[in-house]
Amino acid sequence: MSEERVGVYVCHCGSNIASVVNVEDVAVWAKEELADQGVVVARDYKFMCSSLGQELIQDDIKEHGLTRVVVAACSPHLHEKTFRTACNRAGLNPFLCEMVSVREQVSWVHTDKELATNKAKAMIAGGVERVVHHQPLEPLHVPINPATLVVGGGIAGIQAALEIADSGFPVYLVEREPTIGGHMAQFDKTFPTLDCAACILTPKMVDAGAHPNITLLTWSEVERVDGFVGNFTVTVRKKARYVREDVCTGCGICIEKCPVKVLDQNFEAGLGYRKAVYRPFPQAVPKYPVIDTENCTYFKRGKCKACQIFCPTQPNSIDFEQKDQFIQIQVGNIILATGYDLFDPRRIPQYGYGRLANVFTSLEFERLCNAAGPTNGDIVLRDGVTKPKSVGIIHCVGSRDRRYNNYCSGICCMQSLKFAHLVKERTGADVYNFYIDMRTAYKDYDEFYQKVLEEGVHFVRGRVAEVTDAARKPGEEGKLIIQVEDTFIGKQRRIPVDMVILSAALQPRADANEVAQKFGIACSTKGWFIEKHPKLDPVATMTEGIYVAGCAQGPKDIPSTVAQGAAAAARVLGRIQMQELALEPIRASVIEEKCSGCRICNDMCPFNAIIFHEDRMVTEINPALCQGCGTCVAACPSNAITGTQFSTEQIMAQIEGLLMFNVEGELIREMAYA
Amino acid sequence: MSDKPKLAMYWASSCGGCEIATLNIHEHILDVDAVFDIAFFPCIADFKIKDVQGYPDGYIDVCLFNGAIRTSENEEMAHLLRQKSKVLVAFGSCAYEGCIPALSNLTTREATLNTVYLDNPTIDNPNRIFPQPVTEVPEGTLFLPVFYHTVKSLDQVVKVDYTIPGCPPEPHQIWAVLQAVVTALTQGVPLPPSGVVGASNVAVCEECPRQRNVKKIKRFYRPYEVVPDPDICLLEQGLMCLGIATRGGCGALCPQVGMGCRGCYGAVPGVEDQGAKMVTAIASVMDVGKPGELDEVKLEQEIEAIFDTIPDPAGTFYRFSMAHSILRRTRVNGYDRG
Ligand SMILES: Cc1cc2nc3c(=O)[nH]c(=O)nc-3n(C[C@H](O)[C@H](O)[C@H](O)COP(=O)(O)OP(=O)(O)OC[C@H]3O[C@@H](n4cnc5c(N)ncnc54)[C@H](O)[C@@H]3O)c2cc1C
Ligand code: SF4
Ligand code: SF4
Ligand code: SF4
Ligand code: SF4
Repeated sequence: MSEERVGVYVCHCGSNIASVVNVEDVAVWAKEELADQGVVVARDYKFMCSSLGQELIQDDIKEHGLTRVVVAACSPHLHEKTFRTACNRAGLNPFLCEMVSVREQVSWVHTDKELATNKAKAMIAGGVERVVHHQPLEPLHVPINPATLVVGGGIAGIQAALEIADSGFPVYLVEREPTIGGHMAQFDKTFPTLDCAACILTPKMVDAGAHPNITLLTWSEVERVDGFVGNFTVTVRKKARYVREDVCTGCGICIEKCPVKVLDQNFEAGLGYRKAVYRPFPQAVPKYPVIDTENCTYFKRGKCKACQIFCPTQPNSIDFEQKDQFIQIQVGNIILATGYDLFDPRRIPQYGYGRLANVFTSLEFERLCNAAGPTNGDIVLRDGVTKPKSVGIIHCVGSRDRRYNNYCSGICCMQSLKFAHLVKERTGADVYNFYIDMRTAYKDYDEFYQKVLEEGVHFVRGRVAEVTDAARKPGEEGKLIIQVEDTFIGKQRRIPVDMVILSAALQPRADANEVAQKFGIACSTKGWFIEKHPKLDPVATMTEGIYVAGCAQGPKDIPSTVAQGAAAAARVLGRIQMQELALEPIRASVIEEKCSGCRICNDMCPFNAIIFHEDRMVTEINPALCQGCGTCVAACPSNAITGTQFSTEQIMAQIEGLLMFNVEGELIREMAYA
Repeated sequence: MSDKPKLAMYWASSCGGCEIATLNIHEHILDVDAVFDIAFFPCIADFKIKDVQGYPDGYIDVCLFNGAIRTSENEEMAHLLRQKSKVLVAFGSCAYEGCIPALSNLTTREATLNTVYLDNPTIDNPNRIFPQPVTEVPEGTLFLPVFYHTVKSLDQVVKVDYTIPGCPPEPHQIWAVLQAVVTALTQGVPLPPSGVVGASNVAVCEECPRQRNVKKIKRFYRPYEVVPDPDICLLEQGLMCLGIATRGGCGALCPQVGMGCRGCYGAVPGVEDQGAKMVTAIASVMDVGKPGELDEVKLEQEIEAIFDTIPDPAGTFYRFSMAHSILRRTRVNGYDRG
């Protein structure tokens, strides 16, 4: 006989539940049969979540002195908060309320009304047995450090950093390359408006570089993250630049004088050269160059120092003795905007990239048509002089292909149309776009497609089988032949062109898994960071205080990237404004007397909440970091870890309640015990 | 007999190690003799069942009952000794939770008898003679105890006041318990609350001097396959050690000498099922790469491969606790009880 006074509320959910479960019967039954378990009121109501439904609970708490509440309705995901708040309003600790999902787990998945009704009863019995073991809980309060860390200085990170800095709060922007800018800095024009990428990006870069609230840490990477929402301690490795940022004026004389030319695989996508001391591009932010020790003659042979000799500053800016520095920063929130990698088209050997000279990747083409690029914007073949007379652009390279990536990269159709337009405009060549489906959703995109159609670009619908230089027919000699099934005419076609551009997929960063682990967030099997909710919470993650923005979360175009950067910033600003944070008290904790120090649990926590005290040989859980996932609770062989709201007692009680009646609704509790 | 408190020790289905452990308290045995009258102790003194039957109820002050319940005789003796004893102690792992005898719950009575009386290579039984509960011979009727299908622990048959775990319990722990009883009886101090006595409340690891690190296990080794590092946790070295899920009190004897804990002190307090806890704990530290690194099929193969390096998982994880476990026994050909 329970001492608690339990109220049970069975929701009709319009007809969602009531059409399958006999809700009136369930309520009457609960009052009679579960009286011994403490049930003193049981009601059914059309919409429990409506204000009237909530008032019903509130009134009963006051009138009947309820000490526990069970709501049998939809899933806790949807309305747990609603009913907890209702309890709270009536002066009952919100955590003394338990939801039983008779919609998702009963009415929506069963058709036999009688069995469904009995199942609902069993589940309510489980809920009642469980709720009796609930403890009143108080939310945890933690202060929020107003500084923010933004990782990745692409357009997503820049946008987020600027939004926060403009609102008056400090930002640390950590970028692993020598400059911020990300992929967008490599482009010539951007679809669909064709504004020049540099014209819209560089002002933002300069703003970020000069902003009094932004501390730019380029050529840097995050080494370690400790702490939790509101109070992260982040260790950043500032790689040695061998150029003193405090004295360098960015005049560039060192670059001019450096005798070593290096093929730039990174920014110039392998099409252009840089020096051993370099800036990826003239508008780089910050302006300080970096010495690439692998190619620098001084680092290789101990001689040269041309840069140092010619550096005009006093004291000299070149410092060959510089070492990596480790900087610790304190932040309250973190935004991850690490972007994407381009799919390596060498993985599709039949497209010939790396083997056939005039097959280019999309990024190579961006550099090729960029006025500041290696050819000053001339669209030419690999020889550097010949203008192509015909160009084939292949969509979906590595996208929508079970062998590589199942997903659509989202931007390649538009980007391929942009290329078609640029080729047409600058060379007048014949252009063929090979696509599977044309995906031009979003503002002004389809209009752009129509414009390109009108420009006389040829569109061939079909996945390209092969790009080859083996001529079979006259007219094919010396050309790249694109073999494709044109699905509109149902025929195989061979189309000879001078140049092929592969619109390669956007892929997660190669180190996405490691980064996710470092920050304690989840990433998909592919490597995209997982947002808290794909629709309703697209920039938060399951780890409190860590947000994602831009392509790190999934492929997207610049407008969406910028929107996400701003959205993440808005979320962070909201948090900072609150100054203090109330955390759900659903947390795991270690009962120290029971912990044997076996360390089984120590590596389990996806949120790095578990700490081991070597001196006392016991484990402890940081309550502000723990998200209550339960992983460690299950792992501990000593039952030394308990999860609030998910204690063994609560779970066992719920199971016993569930097994109290058989499918016919007869009491079988005695049998279950026998 | 004198008016000294009466002590009994009886063995049901067991190996006899518990008696030896009891005698292994060395010279303290003289103290036991000084304090107690032995009322029944078939291992060291000649008593008959009818002697016990002749005692008034509650005549025996303390009865140490070791051994599991596997035959009708074991069960009858459990009832008899319960009736005649003030304090009944489930002594050792067999009485506590079934121990090695209860591993036969993983098969059927028929299979067990076949192994013992027929299939063993050293057995020659051409007439397929099996022990029978009732046998008629010219001289009259002979009775043998009935051999049960399922082995039970003592507390599954009668109410038990105290439990001393261990296979066998450690002599210092036995002596500590006896001392507590003696003080209670001679000085009128109240007895400790019923439950497990003579053991710690924390897992063996706590008593184990081996150095522990974050665990990642790539495969398991049998003891003969490797020479363990003398200072590092055995489990981390891939040697199965149940110390993580086993109640301490023994002083981590086995791990100290390089042999993984077998689990003889049973589950840690508050844990329902030692074997299940062991499985979840091991599953938690198997090294199958980082999340998302392997696809599901490969992941499953990898997990299987690691588990395949554990011979006889049921026997390993439930070596001592089968009767008490949630599993209790296997269902074979429709049998599941009796
Ligand atoms: C060929 C091509 C053409 C395109 N053209 C267009 C177009 O015309 N219009 C359009 O809307 N979209 C276009 N896109 C898409 C566009 O590139 C993306 O939407 C946009 O660049 C995404 O920005 P981001 O900041 O998320 O990522 P990125 O630009 O990839 O920036 C991420 C930044 O984070 C840094 N970083 C990564 N990991 C770390 C780390 N661990 N620590 C520190 N820093 C790190 C990187 O160095 C980089 O600077 C195109 C894409 C391609 C491939
Ligand atoms: S329940 Fe355990 S594993 Fe999960 S978040 Fe909390 S401490 Fe980490
Ligand atoms: S698993 Fe349990 S007993 Fe082992 S260290 Fe963690 S909390 Fe302690
Ligand atoms: S050897 Fe066994 S008892 Fe010792 S620490 Fe390791 S798991 Fe625990
Ligand atoms: S270490 Fe384990 S098996 Fe060995 S004695 Fe102790 S409890 Fe028994």
